[in-house]
Amino acid sequence: MSNLLNLEVKKIVETPPEEIERVKNWINTEEYKEKNFARQALVINPAHACQPLGAQLAAHGFEGTLPFVHGSQGCASYYRSTLNRHFREPAPAVSDAMTEDGAVFGGQNNLHEGMENAYAIYKPKMIAVFTSCMPEVIGDDLTAFIKNAKQKKCVPTELPTPYANTPSFNGTHIHGYDSMLVSILQTLTEGKQVEGRCTGKLNLIPGCDFNTGDYREYKRLLKEMGVPVTVLADISDTFDSPCDGSYHIYAGGTKLEDAADSINGKATITLGPYATPKTFGWIKDNYSGKHVSMPLPMGIAKTDAFLMKVAELFGKEIPASIKNERGRAVDAVTDSHQYMHGKKFAVYGDPDYLMGYVSFLLEMGAIPHHILCSRGTKKVEKDLQALLDGSMYGNGCKIHMNKDLWHMRSLLVTDPVDAVIGDSHGKFAARDAKVPLFRFGFPIMDRVNKHRYPLVGYQGVVNMVTEICNKFIEMKDETCEDQQFELMR
Amino acid sequence: MSDKIRKIEGITKESTQAMIDEALSVYPEKARKKRAPHLAPNDAASGCASVKSNKKTVPGVMSARGCAYAGAKGVVWGPIRDMVHVSHGPVGCGWYSWGTRRNMMSGITGVTNFAMQFTSDFQEKDIVYGGDKKLKTLLEEAHDLFPLAKGISVLSECPVGLIGDDINSVAKQSAKDLDIPIIPCNCEGFRGVSQSLGHHISNDTIRDYIIGTREFAEPESPYDIALIGEYNIGGDAWSTKPLLEECGLNVKAVWTGDGELEKIAATHKVKLNVIHCYRSMNYMCKVMEEKFGIPWIELNFFGPTKIKQSLRALAELFDDTIKEKVEAVIAKYDPIMQAIIEEYKPRLDGKKVMLLVGGLRPRHTIGAYEDLGMDCVGSGYEFAHTDDYDRTAPEMPDATVVYDDPSEYEFEKFADALKPDLVGSGIKEKYVFQKMGIPFRQMHSWDYSGPYHGYKGFEVFARDIDMAINSPTWNLVKAPF
Repeated sequence: MSNLLNLEVKKIVETPPEEIERVKNWINTEEYKEKNFARQALVINPAHACQPLGAQLAAHGFEGTLPFVHGSQGCASYYRSTLNRHFREPAPAVSDAMTEDGAVFGGQNNLHEGMENAYAIYKPKMIAVFTSCMPEVIGDDLTAFIKNAKQKKCVPTELPTPYANTPSFNGTHIHGYDSMLVSILQTLTEGKQVEGRCTGKLNLIPGCDFNTGDYREYKRLLKEMGVPVTVLADISDTFDSPCDGSYHIYAGGTKLEDAADSINGKATITLGPYATPKTFGWIKDNYSGKHVSMPLPMGIAKTDAFLMKVAELFGKEIPASIKNERGRAVDAVTDSHQYMHGKKFAVYGDPDYLMGYVSFLLEMGAIPHHILCSRGTKKVEKDLQALLDGSMYGNGCKIHMNKDLWHMRSLLVTDPVDAVIGDSHGKFAARDAKVPLFRFGFPIMDRVNKHRYPLVGYQGVVNMVTEICNKFIEMKDETCEDQQFELMR
Repeated sequence: MSDKIRKIEGITKESTQAMIDEALSVYPEKARKKRAPHLAPNDAASGCASVKSNKKTVPGVMSARGCAYAGAKGVVWGPIRDMVHVSHGPVGCGWYSWGTRRNMMSGITGVTNFAMQFTSDFQEKDIVYGGDKKLKTLLEEAHDLFPLAKGISVLSECPVGLIGDDINSVAKQSAKDLDIPIIPCNCEGFRGVSQSLGHHISNDTIRDYIIGTREFAEPESPYDIALIGEYNIGGDAWSTKPLLEECGLNVKAVWTGDGELEKIAATHKVKLNVIHCYRSMNYMCKVMEEKFGIPWIELNFFGPTKIKQSLRALAELFDDTIKEKVEAVIAKYDPIMQAIIEEYKPRLDGKKVMLLVGGLRPRHTIGAYEDLGMDCVGSGYEFAHTDDYDRTAPEMPDATVVYDDPSEYEFEKFADALKPDLVGSGIKEKYVFQKMGIPFRQMHSWDYSGPYHGYKGFEVFARDIDMAINSPTWNLVKAPF
């Protein structure tokens, strides 16, 4: 025995080619699918990340805000690089680099030193603190730590320092987004409510949305409507900043004073009902004005509903320019419906995105055959089912809750579809099933500029229809027999 | 090592130190004192490290470092293609490190290679009650669903070590039950100060659980070698392995790029270990030297000058057959490399590059830039140790700035002062510098290109560097109005 643990020594055996062939075919079978769906413990290719990633996104949505990870430095590097890859933009964030001694003594010293250094070096207007696993497991008391930090003058007392517990062993990135956002709003609006004051503005909460084009689209539509708006939290300039020869660490974000004054708003709408329940619940109890939670405006009908709600809340007519825009979008979908009608899709992603994809597909006469949600509640399932029940194109479509992308692979190879909609991680399953993947959602790490093209509003409908239909047409051009290769499609 | 000490016009020890002092002036005193020893002008003549390294990251400064788990999953274990690598703990760590290192693999995904994300996706109840039972079940499920996997690694994330799970005993029992190697790796992210400890822990588990458990089926030859610390980023191993084979050597195992578990396990039978990334795998070379008497040699496959030196150093360890083949290989590629240099050097001559990367590249790529006429005006590592900086000193021009685990602020300030024509670093840095109008290449992932290793790689490298620096898009950055 030449090895340390006295393990048995064997000759190297190559797997015979016929055995490889057998397994290769086997993983595409119904039998394998059943085995795969019987998994109890192993998760393979999950379609969700952990809470702190969403918390960091929310923090980036505010002016001069430095996201601060209380935990191991590796966590911060992972969140940052994921955001870098998706947006192809900087994502500055610090961590307090907890190590083994932190596990023994707690992370207060790291937090204090980290806040002092970060404040001195990066001069933020706000430090948004959130946690990764380590302090959550050992039970660090963030409330006390941050209070002490101010007492010790690590940072000025007046510096806003919202904080959120965002344990990675609970929920997904959308839950971290919610916890961070509500903490930021609680911190900034504290003592800012003025009896009788109304900003006359709409507070718009886009939800945990990673598409900067969506944020710009909301602002454009509301400008067209003549409705002043505060977007909470606005990542559009943070993650879509100009290349002009200078680097600005805080490239965008909602102005802190606007966020503070949002408590005196005329109305608040959240468009991410599944991503912002905590935030919305707190706003309902504390903000002036009306409060509305409605789905992400993807597709014509949901965009109509959003605009009509805004019109109602602000006593405005929807202007002719938007009516025309709607007309042009409908023109785009009627002109191209034939390329999508009856096509079967598999979709996966966060609940708010999923609701959007499904309504849009049903509107087009396409079939959202497999709907897979990596993490979601009974309510998400019920709401999706209600959408399906509202359309004949939803008949027989199946919702797979709390399943991963290896489950989806089994679905695609045993019960095929024409295309898949989701983030870049679905490309492996889509390739195995030999169908195209339309990259909507997050993260998109293998295509350029996708985050600049809105999926919401009427323009979003035009963008989705154009991308999807042209791909189907292109596939026909690429694969058809010569005699079928025509000028017109 | 370079023969003579090079100087860069305008860079002196004093000017570099002034730049460092200026960058640190904004820091609170304690942080400044901690950071100062990690930043220094290079002392090329001494051939020794001018900076401190492998110390705890200063909280709050914005370090580029990762963690021990990243070093274990991303670097050492992840590239082994025929194993299932389980990220044991919450969902995030495995998800972020899924497919983001570009260690390419051959085989069929889900059948003979497992370039996927396997996780126990810890929930609150696993933290409270422990995850050992779940681990046992998932190992069975993995074995069941992926019968051709040659083994399973269990890579611990932070909570596993904190809650006191015993993955070692679960792995031991399951390995027996399932009759495949199951390797527990206690690489929780809070251990150590960077990725580096994750490399070391992983090397130790290879030593304990893998090496010496297999033997090659074919007879031994005096030309049997292993290629260590080659991770096949962008297909690097598919350039270096054939090159070594062209030199008459049998590359019996690659650690761990496109790696195969059983070949790694039989590496104790080779005659020589050739190591590329010294930082992440020197430990196992030393183990194999002590335990099995296998000598090792550290080589550099970036750029024709270093490749030629490396191949000749390698040939010295073998007989005339190899020496002749190596000379034939060099003679074959020299004119091809010369043609590449003639094409690109006129456009790159005198350009300045700054580097901040991981294991070996901050020193190993300098020669390749120099082949193209470029100068390295600053270099540093995320997670190096003193022996890395010792090896770096003679490669860098004298008095240029050396930075260990720099903060983003320091790196940005140095670039402001030095005005490089190119920065080579990672994804977190890329867009900072591009906003500043400075051309940039990701030097961890080869910026989705590659290979950069070997003769085949130099052609791609030269093209990419030229493309980055001379792209007409940089002329558009300043608006004319």
